[in-house]
Amino acid sequence: MAEPALSIRGLTKVYGNGFHALKGIDLDVAQGDFFALLGPNGAGKSTTLGVVCSLVQKTAGKVEIFGIDTDRDFARAKYHLGVVPQEFNFNQFEKVIDIVLAQAGYYGMPRREALPRARELLTDLGLWDKRNGSARMLSGGMKRRLMIARALMHRPRLLILDEPTAGVDIELRRSMWEYMRRINREEGTTIILTTHYLEEAESLCRQVAIINHGEIVRNTSVRELLSELNTETFLLDLAHPVEETPHVEGFEVRRVEPAQLAVVVHRGQRLNEVFAALGEQGVQVVSMRNRANRLEEMFVSMVERSSATAAAEPAQEARA
Amino acid sequence: MTATQTAIALWTLVLKEIKRFTRIWPQTLLPPSITMTMYFIIFGSLIGSRIGEMDGFTYMDFIVPGLIMMAVITNSYSNVASSFFSNKFQRSVEEMMVSPMPNWVILTGFVLGGMARGLGVGVIVTLVSLFFTRLSVAHPLLTVGVVVLTAALFSIGGFINALLANKFDDVSIVPTFVLTPLTYLGGVFYSITLLPPFWQGVSLLNPILYMVNVFRHGFLGVSDIPVAWALAAILAFIAGLFALALWMLERGKGIRS
Repeated sequence: MAEPALSIRGLTKVYGNGFHALKGIDLDVAQGDFFALLGPNGAGKSTTLGVVCSLVQKTAGKVEIFGIDTDRDFARAKYHLGVVPQEFNFNQFEKVIDIVLAQAGYYGMPRREALPRARELLTDLGLWDKRNGSARMLSGGMKRRLMIARALMHRPRLLILDEPTAGVDIELRRSMWEYMRRINREEGTTIILTTHYLEEAESLCRQVAIINHGEIVRNTSVRELLSELNTETFLLDLAHPVEETPHVEGFEVRRVEPAQLAVVVHRGQRLNEVFAALGEQGVQVVSMRNRANRLEEMFVSMVERSSATAAAEPAQEARA
Repeated sequence: MTATQTAIALWTLVLKEIKRFTRIWPQTLLPPSITMTMYFIIFGSLIGSRIGEMDGFTYMDFIVPGLIMMAVITNSYSNVASSFFSNKFQRSVEEMMVSPMPNWVILTGFVLGGMARGLGVGVIVTLVSLFFTRLSVAHPLLTVGVVVLTAALFSIGGFINALLANKFDDVSIVPTFVLTPLTYLGGVFYSITLLPPFWQGVSLLNPILYMVNVFRHGFLGVSDIPVAWALAAILAFIAGLFALALWMLERGKGIRS
C-alpha cells in the first residue's frame, strides 16, 4: 500500500506563552485524497498546517510527507508541498508574473520551464492578462487565485489550502472549486483544505477531520459523517398562508412565516407522512429545501460536545 | 537541492533584490548621490579649502574615500534591513521558508542584494567625486577588496537587524543611533592623529575606523592603522556575523513561531 501523502503522529505545539495549540494529534491523509480539516477559530488548524509547511516549529511529534520524515530531510519533503495560506503573503508591489517566476526559482526550476508553466497556470486561473500588472492592483479573488498559481508552479503532489475562498464571491468560489476538483481528479494532487464554509467541505472533500482545542475530535469520511446525522430540518413553502401551525402526528412542526413551515425529520421517519397529513388539513406545499447545510449541523453539535468535554475535564481534575 | 537548483534559487533571490532597489531608485540610488554631492561641495570645496592639508593630502582628497565608504556602509545595511523586514512584514518571507531553499542561500541572497546596492551607490558617489577632484588609486586590488568586504559585513548586519526587528522603527534605530555616529567618528572627516591620545585609543575600538582607513590606504597609500590587522578584523567580523545570522535563521528567530 502506498505511503500516505501526509502522516502526523503525536504532534504537539506549545507556544511561548504556554498555550497548548496541539495536544499530540495523529492524522493520515491518503494519496489522491481531497481532505477537509475543520474546526472553529483557534482550534489548531492553521498551527497544524503551519508545522507541516515549516512555518511553525513543533514542540514534539513526527510529520512525514510522502514517507519523508521532515526532521530528517525537510528540503526534499518540501518539493512535494504547495501552500496557499489564509492571508495574502506576497509582495504587493511586485508584478504578478515576477511573483510566480520567483517561486519557481526558489524550487530550482529553470526559467525555460518556469515560463510555460506560469503561462499555463495564469491562463487557467484567469490572470494571464494581468501578468505585467502590480499584484496590489488585483481584486481579492484574483489575489487568492494568484496564490494558488504560485503554489502550483513546481507541480506539488500535496496542496494545502488554508481557507482559499474566504471573502470570495459565490460565482468565483464555484469556479475555484471546479479548478480544485480538476487538479485533484486529473493530476492526482492530494488536497488538504481548511474552510469555514462547510458547504465547501461537503461539496469537495471525501475525508474530513474535525479539530477542536488542539485535538482531533473526529476523522472519517464525509459520507459516513453525514450518515450519522439523526435529524434534518426541512423548510416547506406553502401555497397559502396558515394562521395556526398544523399538527402532524410524530413530527415537530413550526410556523416560520405565515406561508412557511419548518419540519424536523428524524432518521427513519418518512416525509410522505408529513405531506399526507398536511394535505388532509388543506395545506398545499409548493416547494421544499433543507434549512441548513447538513455538515454544518453535524459540525456544530460535534464541536459543542467536544467543548463541553474540554470544559468538564479541568473541573474533574480539580476534584481529583 | 542539486548544485544547479541551488544556483538557480540563489540567482532568483539576488535578481529579485536588485530589481527591488532599482525599481525604487528615487528612494535608493538618488538620495545618496545628492547627499554626497552636498558633502563634497560644503566640506570638500567650501570648508575644506580653508582647512589645508590632512595627512599630506588636500582635505577634498582626504575625505573622498571616507565618504564613498560611508555611502557603501549605510546603503548595504539599510537595503538588507528594510528589504528583509518588509518581507517579514508582508509575510512574503513565507514564500522562501516553504521552499526547499537552504537557509544559507536565503542569507547569501539578501547579502549579495545588499552588496549590489552598496557597491552600486559606491560607484555613483565615486563618479560624483570626479567632478570635484582627480581621483588616484594607489592600491586598486586592496581598494576593491576592502569595499566589497565592507559591503558584505554591513549587509549581514542589516540582515540580523531585520531578523530581530518587530516594527519599522526597529529597522531605523541601529542606523540612526549606532551606524551613523560610528561612521562620523570613524575617521571619515579627520585623521585620528588629531585626537588626544585617550580618544585615539577609544577610536581604535570603532570597527568602522579600520574599514575607512584601509579604504583610504587603497586610494592614497596612507593609513592611521596597520592594514593587515584591519583586513583580519573585517574578515573575522564577516565570519562571526554570518555564522550568527545563519544560526538565528536556522532557529527561526523572528520568522517562525
